[in-house]
Amino acid sequence: MDIGIVGYGCYIPRLRISVEEIARVWGADAESYKKGLIVEEKAVPDMDEDTVTISVEAAKNALLRAGIDPEKIGSVYVGSESHPYAVKPSGTVVAEALGIGSNVMIADFEFACKAGTAAMQCCYGLVKAGEIEYGLAIGADTSQGRPGDALEYTAAAAGAAFIIGKDPLAKLEGTCSFTTDTSDFWRREGADYPSHGARFTGKPAYFKHVTSASKMLMDKLSLKPADFKYAVFHMPNGKFPLTASKMLGFSKEQIENGFVVNKIGNPYSGSSPVGLCATLDVAQPGDRILMTSYGSGAGSDSFSFMVTDKILERREKAKKTQDYIKNKQNIDYGVYVKLRRKLRV
Amino acid sequence: MRMPHKSSVPLFWRLKDSKYRLIGSRCTTCKEVFFPKKNLCPVCRRRGSIEDMQFNGNGRIVSYTIVRVPPEGFEKYAPYAVAVIDLEEGARVSGQVVGNITKVRTGKQVRTVFRKIHEDGSDGLINYGLKWEIAE
Ligand SMILES: [Zn+2]
Repeated sequence: MDIGIVGYGCYIPRLRISVEEIARVWGADAESYKKGLIVEEKAVPDMDEDTVTISVEAAKNALLRAGIDPEKIGSVYVGSESHPYAVKPSGTVVAEALGIGSNVMIADFEFACKAGTAAMQCCYGLVKAGEIEYGLAIGADTSQGRPGDALEYTAAAAGAAFIIGKDPLAKLEGTCSFTTDTSDFWRREGADYPSHGARFTGKPAYFKHVTSASKMLMDKLSLKPADFKYAVFHMPNGKFPLTASKMLGFSKEQIENGFVVNKIGNPYSGSSPVGLCATLDVAQPGDRILMTSYGSGAGSDSFSFMVTDKILERREKAKKTQDYIKNKQNIDYGVYVKLRRKLRV
Repeated sequence: MRMPHKSSVPLFWRLKDSKYRLIGSRCTTCKEVFFPKKNLCPVCRRRGSIEDMQFNGNGRIVSYTIVRVPPEGFEKYAPYAVAVIDLEEGARVSGQVVGNITKVRTGKQVRTVFRKIHEDGSDGLINYGLKWEIAE
C-alpha cells in the first residue's frame, strides 16, 4: 500500500518587514539587497507566536486535510532551531493542543534548516515498518539574524506540517540524504544569534549538498529533471535555489510555484516544507514533485512525491499558502525591535 | 478564560483541555452547553447528565474593549482587544482578539488561534492557549 503525505498544512505569521525598511535603518542600499537576495519582505512572528504556536496552527491545517482522528497519530516530531525551551520538547505541547492523546512517540529534532524534513523521513520509516498508523512531521522556526547582519534581511518565521501515512494525497516514492561535517553556519548553546562562514555558505555547503542529494535520489529512482513537474529547494535567499535548480537542469517554471522566499524570507526548518505546501496547493494528480532541503552543518534530504487524485478533495479543506502570504500587515523597524526583543544588543 | 497572572503550574495543567482545545461540557438532558466545563447541570441538577464537548472554535463578538493599561505581565501586548464571544454552539466566553485592533467590531465572526498567553519571565514557564482572530 502506498505511503506518503495524507494531509499537509502551513502557517505563516501575518506580520512582515520589508528589506527596504531594514536597509533604511542600517543605511544600506535596499535595491542591491533586494536584487542580490531576491527577497522583498519577510514574515515576522507576533509577540505571542513562537515555534510551538506556528506548529500547532500548521498541524491543524494538516489534520483538516487528512480528515483523520488525531488519536491515530503515533509520532510527533517537531524540527526547529528555535524550540522555545532548551529542555521540554515542543512536541509535547503540540500533541496536547491537537488532542493526539498520550499513546504517542515524541521528540524534537534539530538540524539547522532541515530538521523538518528529517522528521518526515522518520515518520515515513515508522509507517513503512508498520509501527504507527500515522506520523506528524513539522518544520517550523522563528529564526533571528544579528541586527545589521546580512541574515537579518532573510531570517523569518513560518512552518509546515505533514501527516504521513497510507492512502496519501502525495505518494512518497523515495528519499535519501547527503550529509558531511561542514561548518558553514552555527550557533553555540546559549548564544542569541548564529554565526556563519559568510562566503563559505555557498559552494562547498549549500550547492554541494543540495545537488548531491538531489542527484543521488534521481539516480536511485532512475528519474531525470524532466520527469518532475515541480521542484522545491531550500530557500535561504532567492538566488541559491535558482542557481541550484539551474545546476541540476531544472527550469524556472518547475520551481516557481514553491518559490515563497521573495514574499516570506527564509523560515529555516519551514523553508522547503512551506514551498512544498505551496506546490501541493496547485499540483494535479500524476504530477511528480522533487523536494530537497538543506541544513547547515551540513546535510540535504531529498524526496520524490507522486501526487494522487486524493489531492483534489483534500486541498480545499484548509487555508492555502497563498492565503497566508496575502493576509499580511507590514511593520516598521521600531515595532520589529519591540517584537523580537533585539534591544539587548 | 481567566488566566492566573503569576501562573500556578498545577492549575494550568489541570485546565489544559479547556485552554488548549476549547473542551467544555453539555447536559444531555436539557441540551444546555457550558464553557468552562460544569460537572453539574444548574437547570436539571441531579436529573441532568453531563458529558465533555469539543466546541468547533467559531464564534461572534458580542462586546469588546481595548485594553491600554494592562495588568502586570501583559504590558508588552498593550494596546490589545479583549472580547466577549458567543460560541456557535452556545455558551459565552471572553478572550483576547489578535491582529489589527482597529478591525475588532461587535458582530464580527471570530475563530480560535493557538498563541502564547503569558510567560513567567525569561526562565519561567510559557503558558499557551487559545485567543481569537477575526475570520476573513
Ligand atoms: Zn440540564
